[in-house]
This record gives sequence, structure tokens and C-alpha cells, in this order.
Amino acid sequence: MDLNFIISTFIASAIAYSVSLLLGTLGELLTERAGHLNLGVEGMMLMGASCGYVTAVRTQSLALTILAAILGSGCGALLYAILTVSLRANQNVTGLALTTFGAGLANTLGSTAANTNTPDTITAFFSWHPFELRNVTNPVLNFINTAFLSHDIFVYLSVLLAVLLMIFMFKTKEGLALRMVGENPAAADAAGLRVTRIKYMYIVIGGMLCGLGGLYIPLVLQRTWHADITAGKGWIVVALVIFVRWHPIKAIGGAFIFGALSIIGLTIQQFPQLSSMVFFNQYIMVMYPYILTIIVLIITYSRKKAWRGPSAIGSAYFREER
Amino acid sequence: MFRIAKKDELPKWKGFLVRVASILFGIVLACVVIAILGYDPFATFSALLGGAFGSKSALINTITIAIPLAITAVGLAVAFRMKFWNIGGEGQIIMGCVCATFVSHNMPASTPGIILIILMGIAGFFGGAVWALIPGIFRVYSRTNETLFTLMMNYIALCFVQYLHYVLWRDPAAFGFPKIKPIQTQAHLPVWGGIHIGWIIAIALAAAVFFIIRKTKLGFEIRVVGESAPTANYAGMNVKKVMLTGVIISGGIVGLAGMVKLCGNVFTLSPSITGNAGFTAIIIAWLSNLSAPVIMIVSVLIAALEQGSQVIQIKLQVPSAVASIIQGLILMSTLGAEFFMRYRIIKVKKNPADASGDAAVPPDLCACSTADPASAETAAAEKKGDA
Repeated sequence: MDLNFIISTFIASAIAYSVSLLLGTLGELLTERAGHLNLGVEGMMLMGASCGYVTAVRTQSLALTILAAILGSGCGALLYAILTVSLRANQNVTGLALTTFGAGLANTLGSTAANTNTPDTITAFFSWHPFELRNVTNPVLNFINTAFLSHDIFVYLSVLLAVLLMIFMFKTKEGLALRMVGENPAAADAAGLRVTRIKYMYIVIGGMLCGLGGLYIPLVLQRTWHADITAGKGWIVVALVIFVRWHPIKAIGGAFIFGALSIIGLTIQQFPQLSSMVFFNQYIMVMYPYILTIIVLIITYSRKKAWRGPSAIGSAYFREER
Repeated sequence: MFRIAKKDELPKWKGFLVRVASILFGIVLACVVIAILGYDPFATFSALLGGAFGSKSALINTITIAIPLAITAVGLAVAFRMKFWNIGGEGQIIMGCVCATFVSHNMPASTPGIILIILMGIAGFFGGAVWALIPGIFRVYSRTNETLFTLMMNYIALCFVQYLHYVLWRDPAAFGFPKIKPIQTQAHLPVWGGIHIGWIIAIALAAAVFFIIRKTKLGFEIRVVGESAPTANYAGMNVKKVMLTGVIISGGIVGLAGMVKLCGNVFTLSPSITGNAGFTAIIIAWLSNLSAPVIMIVSVLIAALEQGSQVIQIKLQVPSAVASIIQGLILMSTLGAEFFMRYRIIKVKKNPADASGDAAVPPDLCACSTADPASAETAAAEKKGDA
């Protein structure tokens, strides 16, 4: 086998695999920046995936599919927001409840679309690769073409979204307001910001992004539905947000690394001398992203001056308790 | 306009009533969702109950599911009392099973069953305790966020057991089928009346934890640390030591839950051995308000949902995932109800003097606090109707 070919197709599939991780990470990042740790990512991804996929099968319309995914996951996030923002429920437990509920809803709803495939009209849309070069002979260009340029528009849009989010968060007034609410809601309130409204808004938008990330899995990657289709990606997202230290641009790289490590085991099997070693075993390699996250977590918390993420995370804001 | 203020602690019976009402409200919500999805909620619920309690074998299945859930929840509740958010139950169960399996695989076949079971129990406790202690140490000494740390430990444990399952401990006698060798047969827990004796272990552990938390110095310290670590420190308690001890007890009991499941009815270590018990137990511990005796009852009810859901799938072609919808909604509704136990909503007359202060109250906060008492009341009414 041609090594160039193996590596470039590996990069391409890692990118395709990490799209849902990236979208989910951006969503959870927004939520956490508003001071709320939402452990319900897995549930919201599943809700988005099932609502979207079922709509796709029934209507064959991409616009309606995306709308349904956004609405489904947005409703999940709204439930979480009502409970944790207004009713000040424990964020960890509420997130878990959302995951349980979302998984139940998705698997119930999805079972009506069992044994179907993504409609051709939608598959056709996703097989359109806007940047792909034709008739390439140069090996370097060919490598770049296979690895980076042969992707559907969703991939490029999600990267663009990460860039836009960075500009939004660090260069605009609204972004500053968001970060302030996550760091110190009392100060934000005193400065005249509508803390509750801001929290609701970003929790729901964050949930919608998670839902879009979930939708990509049945619609494009697997092109069919089965129970628990996100297979724990929502939990990887929670890890990723810490790994990239709540920064949208780093999320692009982080999502790629996690995606690549999740699927590298299959590629490595083509090299028996490597895969027979314990540290390159495919089951050991999927462990690395989590170990990396723990190391990042430990380093973040052990350095005295390091920023430890939005400081109001995990605690409800109660204006009467200032 | 409305204002929210802290309420004095409710009397116990009132708190209990609100809790029951909120659970019923959650069930009503679940009925609505089930109906929207196009299934008959009443037929679903009656089939669910029938499937869980309707016959002797159904009841045995329900209790068998409940045993590891109850033990796990009892263990997690110890950590939750200290506000140590141990969501690493999955990982601790797995590591408990891994250690117990290791002991079983390495002891001679002539070992008497009782000794093997005790050794495996110790190993199970050890595995879970170590898996909880690692995040515990980092929490205590560098304030590393334990929620995220314990969550990551779940996945490391899962990947590790997959490695054992497919590579390291793969049983060569299984004809190429990836499978770990079952534990020795004399290590199976004795069965009385159709149920393995794990339920006795569960009740004994719950009693022990109840006793430790209520009657011993350690339990008192655990409660104080949970209420306020600075207070505990000020009172001269060694907060670090208390917390680490609590974490070891918590993780150890969860590991023991894994060993009980392994020796009780599974007999073979596999990546799916937890059956999500680590997460479900968090729900149980929370619904029971962290009280060990209540956990016993709630875990049977949650187990009934899981057992019953298998029946509705077969009998009514209603997907078994409906059980998760019910679980999630009940939990959400109790989480929301807690607000009404801790706070009261005061109606404030518009007064020109403090209008400026009130006007800044975010409108959606008010909207939610006005909308939800109504729903809590309907839930309460529902409760009365049932009685």
C-alpha cells in the first residue's frame, strides 16, 4: 500500500469524524463560557440527530432536517436552562438527567426510522465537495487534495464557525458580556447586563450547535440510524472543552486530535509490527485523549496563576444572595 | 412583579410530600411525551408495572437489577454528602470487576468458595477505591475539578476493559470469539429463593453507611465537610483526611457493587458489565436525597422501569428506551421541585420608590418563577386525586 495514500485518507476520515466533535465542542464551550457545565451534551446530540434524521427520511428536505435538529436539541437545552438558571438545580445532575431523557427520546423516535438510509437528495448534497481539485497529478497537491480539500461544505462551515466564534467572543461587546457572565455574574449584573437572558441565550444556542454536531453522524457519516448512534461522542466533547481550554480556535485542533486518536487504531492495523506493541494497540490508543485531558486538567489546576476556566461555572447565580 | 427569597427549612413530611408530588408530576409529563410520540401511555405504564412485578420471575429479575444499582447509589451518596461530585461510578464498577476477576483467575481451583468470594470482595473494594482515590488526591491537594476528572476515569476504565476483553485476557478456549474467561464457579454468590444473596449485602452496606453517617465521628465530619469545608477546617477537622477517607469508602463500595454483579448474575467480565449503573445510580442517589434506606426503595423502582421496559418492547412494540424518557423526566421534575422547597416567591406590589430596582430583574426569571408554581400545584392536585 502506498504510504501517502494511507496517511492522506486517514487525515480525511479523521476530519470527517471530528466535525461532530467540533460542533459539539463549540456549543458546549459557549454554554460553559456562560457559567454552566452542561453534562447533557450526549443527550442533546442524540436529540438533534434523531429529530433531524427522522425529518430527513420523512421529508427529504435538508432545510427542514437542519431546522428539526436545531429545534430538538434547542428544546433539550431550554429544559436544562430552565432548571439550572431559573430553578437553580444542580448542574451535574440536571445534565445527566438531560442525557438520560435525550437518549430515551432519540432511541424511541429513531426506532421509527430503523432500516432506512439518508435520502439520495441529501446524500447528493453532501457529496458535493466545493474545494476539491480535478485531475491532479502532482503528488503533493494530490495529498492535500485527498486529505483536506475533499470534504463537504459542512466541514468548512464548522471551521469557519469556530473562527467567527473567536472573533465574537474576544472582539465584540456581546462576547465580552458572555465572558463576564461566566466569570462573575454579580459584577455583570451590577454593570447592567441581563444575566439570566444572556445565560438562557447561550445555553440554548450551545445546545443547538451540539444538535447539529449530532445530526452529522446519522445523516452523513453513517447514513442510517441505530440506537445510541453518537456512541459517547457527547462525553468526549465535555473532555474536549477542557482540553482546548475554552478557546474556539484551539477547538479545531483539539477536535482533530481526538477524532484522529479515536479512529487511528483501524489505520494502524495495516502495520502489524506497530499494532502488536501495547502502546499502539487500538484499544489503548483510544484511551490517550482522556489521559491527555486529565493531564491538561491537572496542569490547569496546579498552576497558581493559570486561568481555570469560567470561574462561576457550576454555581447558580442568585441575585438576592450576593 | 415577583421576588424570590430563601425559605426556612421545610418540615420533613412536607419535603417528602413535595418530592412525591414532583415524582408524580414527572410521570404525568412522561405520559404526555409518550402520547405525543404516538403510544398509549396507560397501556405502556400498566404493561411496565406488570412486567416488573407481575410474576415471581419478573420480581426476581427486578430485584436482581436493583441490587448493583442500590449498592452503587449507597456508595456514591457518601461522596455526594461531601459535595465531592463522584460521577465516576462506571469506572469504579469496572475496576472493581477487573480486580475481582483478576483474583478469581489467579487463585487455584481448589480454593473454597467462601474464601474466594471474600478475597474477590476485597479486590473489588480495592479496585473501586483506587479509581476514586486518584481524582480524590488531586481534588484535595490541588483542587482539580473532580466532576471532570472522575468522568475521564470512566472512559479510561472502559478502554482498559475493552483491551482486556479483545486482547490481553481474551479466552483462547472461546473459539476466536472475543470473551474473557468466566470467574470460577465456586465464587458464584449463593442463591436463595431464586435471588442471589447480593440483596443481603446491599442492605448490610446501606445499614453500615447509614450508621457511619449518622452515628460516628467520621460521619459527622463528612457531613460538616459537605456543608462547609471552611467551617470544618475552623472546627479543627482534618478536611483532607476526611475527604480522602470518604472518597475511599465511596469508590470502594461502588467497586464492591461491580463485584456483586459479577459474582451474582453475570459471571464474566465484559465491556458492557456496568449496564450504565454508574450513571443510573447518580439519579437514584439524588432522588433518594442521599439517604441510604430510601435508596433501597428507589433503586427497586428504577430497576422496575428497566425490567418493565423489556416487556413493553415485546408486548406492545413500544421501544424500551421509553424507560429512559420516564427516568429523565422524573429526575428533572424533582430537580425543579427542590427550588420550591428552598425558596419562596413573594408577590411585590409595584412601588414607584423601588421600581428602579425591580425593573432590572430579568424578565424571563420572573416568567419562569411564575409559570412553575402552577405546575407544581397541578402535581400536588394530582397527588391528592391519587390518594
